[in-house]
Amino acid sequence: MIFVTVGSQGPFDRLIHAVDEWTALRGRSDVFAQIGKAKYIPKHIRFTEFVDPVEFKHLVESAQLILAHAGIGSIISALESARPIVVMPRRAHFREQRNDHQVATARHFEARRQIIVAYEEQSLAEKIDYALTLRNTERIKMEASPQLVVTIRSFLNRNFGPHKFQP
Amino acid sequence: MGTPIEVSGMSVRKRPKRAPDLMNELGKTDRPKRALAVASGGGHWMQLMCLVPVLDGYDVVFVTVADSYRRVVPENRFYVVRDANRWNKFLLVALAAKIAWIICKERPDLVISTGAAPGYFAVLFGHLLGARTIWVDSLANIERLSLSGRLAGKCTDLWLTQWPHLARTEGPQYAGAVL
Repeated sequence: MIFVTVGSQGPFDRLIHAVDEWTALRGRSDVFAQIGKAKYIPKHIRFTEFVDPVEFKHLVESAQLILAHAGIGSIISALESARPIVVMPRRAHFREQRNDHQVATARHFEARRQIIVAYEEQSLAEKIDYALTLRNTERIKMEASPQLVVTIRSFLNRNFGPHKFQP
Repeated sequence: MGTPIEVSGMSVRKRPKRAPDLMNELGKTDRPKRALAVASGGGHWMQLMCLVPVLDGYDVVFVTVADSYRRVVPENRFYVVRDANRWNKFLLVALAAKIAWIICKERPDLVISTGAAPGYFAVLFGHLLGARTIWVDSLANIERLSLSGRLAGKCTDLWLTQWPHLARTEGPQYAGAVL
């Protein structure tokens, strides 16, 4: 199964349209997409508007490949489950996002060889075909680093005292 | 955001006055401090979830943008707001009003957020009502802080970026990340 997600910040029709075309071209019937409140209704893939975090994790784990916008949530979810992921960044000039921060996110993880990036829809098909030849990737874990925990804890202790919780 | 003053070993901060905690006055018990944890959807929410264990012992109230996230924190009080951004001023005002209402109702001691717009309004109104505030800017902002992150700096006691190259002497500071 290939799981496609546009994340929670609104539709991303450019991605869904390109994936829909790729699916038709390859004749696949196992593509499932979370498309948000989209204007473009895909013809060749099954889809839903939104999935909650529990379903989302389940879908990622059951997928062979993830296709997504370059949102941190989508990327980290794929990497936490050690799934290969192809992302296409949302662009400000298409009004898909307020700014081009997704391009920076994509470049960052691409430089570490953790994700595959299609910077525009024309290159998506080729990137998906390549990603399908990949095995599962290195697994990462998202958690607050010790330094972050210590910084927040000492801030809290400074302001509220060592906290004694009485149920 | 005054500097701590040392009074016989106790750190006291200048902050707006608030109603005295009656139970404390009577010396009976400490009520758990209340933390309002605020995040938009997707990555913002995931990063907030990484910080929640640090709030062990606090009465944590969540504010986010999708009702389905309730499943993740079934034991906690939970508010849903409609997310907004600077493209829609009307929704932005509605969001600000709802956040203000939640802050007035919950009177949190602490507001913590990983962004974006709902988090900014929460640290703003929280700060105005005397809460301590923490902003952990999203990992997604690699090249510069988001608009909400930059605005939040003015009303945040602990203002953090998760990228060392974005840290500045005047803030935000870098102190690790959720990755």
